[in-house]
Amino acid sequence: MTNEIDVAALARLARLEVSDPELTKLEKEIPDILAFVETIQKADVGPEANAPTLRNVMRADENPDEGGIYTEKLLEAAPAREGNRIAVKQVVSRKSGQGGSASGRK
Amino acid sequence: MDLSNLTITKARKALDEKEFSALELTNAYLENIAKRDGDLPAGRQGIHAYLEVWEKEAREEAKKADERIARGESMPLTGIPLGIKDNILIEGRIASAASKILENYRASYDATVITKLKEQDAVFLGRTNMDEFAMGGSTENSAFGPTRNPLDTTRVPGGSSGGSAAGVAGHLALAALGSDTGGSVRQPASFTGLVGLKPTYGAVSRSGLIAMASSLDQVGPLTRTVEDTRILFDAIKGHDPNDSTSLPDTASAPKPMRRVIGIPRAFLKEGTDQDVLKEFESTVQELKDAGYEVRELEMPNLAYSLAVYYILMPAEASTNLARFDGIRYGLSVPADSIGEVYSKTRGKGFGPEVRRRILVGTFVLSSGYVDAYYRKARSVRELIRSDFARAFESVDAVVTPTSPTPAFTLGEKSDPLAMYAADIFTVPVNLAGVPALSVPSGTVERDGKKLPVGFQLIASHGGEETLFKIGEDVETTRI
Repeated sequence: MTNEIDVAALARLARLEVSDPELTKLEKEIPDILAFVETIQKADVGPEANAPTLRNVMRADENPDEGGIYTEKLLEAAPAREGNRIAVKQVVSRKSGQGGSASGRK
Repeated sequence: MDLSNLTITKARKALDEKEFSALELTNAYLENIAKRDGDLPAGRQGIHAYLEVWEKEAREEAKKADERIARGESMPLTGIPLGIKDNILIEGRIASAASKILENYRASYDATVITKLKEQDAVFLGRTNMDEFAMGGSTENSAFGPTRNPLDTTRVPGGSSGGSAAGVAGHLALAALGSDTGGSVRQPASFTGLVGLKPTYGAVSRSGLIAMASSLDQVGPLTRTVEDTRILFDAIKGHDPNDSTSLPDTASAPKPMRRVIGIPRAFLKEGTDQDVLKEFESTVQELKDAGYEVRELEMPNLAYSLAVYYILMPAEASTNLARFDGIRYGLSVPADSIGEVYSKTRGKGFGPEVRRRILVGTFVLSSGYVDAYYRKARSVRELIRSDFARAFESVDAVVTPTSPTPAFTLGEKSDPLAMYAADIFTVPVNLAGVPALSVPSGTVERDGKKLPVGFQLIASHGGEETLFKIGEDVETTRI
């Protein structure tokens, strides 16, 4: 099932630049890892195994803190800022219609 | 000052009786670090337990601790010098998770475990080395160079909390905090002759721990004795509203001990070194002699643990690590479009093992494969959980070796799958969410050197006290 893994496509999906030599290495390693974990296909999973064991935790949909009290602290960590905002490259480009939000598909 | 036999308990007594001050104690550790942690003369290798030593801050904290002691208000960890794994946030200080992508990141807030330690006026000596983002079992995956095992510097200290373990084992800290996603506290404890605890999932807050795999991660102590582990665990545990997976503080009465331990013997055979198994069996025999009943356990689904772990962990890690994109914090590589900022930042900032796991995680979550891999693994995880639940109906603790081998040499496990196999006995514990303790239990010989091996005790949810009691019996019988 894992013979035809397109590692380059995975890297695009994961927004991860991978060099060509590393890609060659990963094209061997990742199928090996997936072949190893495939042993779980042999496990006999009954319906009881799907019972959820985690409990959900909710909080009231309101602002827990006064606005602005952490702004400066958090902005200090940002690589680029403009005033009280984090500065980023344009997300949607009018020209190409896809800009930075490339889908990662071929 | 002789640090070689010091424990938290002994230091507490000496500090409170004014045999030495917290500042003197801190200075003694700082001197050891200066002597042994960096590069040594004549080309000898330093341990490299620390990525950064906070000399000035540590001395200030020690002075504050001395004032508290002078007021007669000392708490169990007041003035105790600790190493802190580099993925635990301390406000204003760098926390890099041993990654280039966070090399210059300064934490905006304190992790809850740090807040709790600050309330006791503990001393933070420095941030300890680790496998990048806690991904590895040797500390060789650190972006800033490996840590060496102080018992034999040609060998690894284990990982991912290898810096914390090497620091304590090398007398460069009295105790340390690590984190354990699949064995990252217990396996390094085993490799360096220490006690290491992976608490019950939810017992210790993860707020301010840089997340790897959120359904598995726990912060845990590395110390020289079981008693020290209990002290550190008591200090950091407790419900935290800032961590939605943290368990409520329900004071459930501890289950009465039956003094019965169980061995999933069919699970132990594969890939375990013969002499490691022999040490394990002799510890079991000593517990028998001390009055424990030993039962054989059938836990057939444990065999799937590694495969389940190496699906769920990368899936969760790839999701968690999506936040490192060069926008809000950390490294940012300039590029023409925002898409290229993401991919170039992540390509440059993440090391090879992190990239590998992100890609595996992306695959097992991708449309068309998520049912066969991620969802199936989640179901098999429940089978592993039920194996443990059934076992704890008849035993206080399940016991295994902590690791199938003693500490291996640097560079020995270059194949990722060989490295993953070393987690065989520790990952089932994280998958089940139960607590486990590694206690030193004898040594095996490699290349003329005696190397410690650990004995792993696993209890049911909330069973830390059971682990400490049996752990202390192992400690007594093995001395």
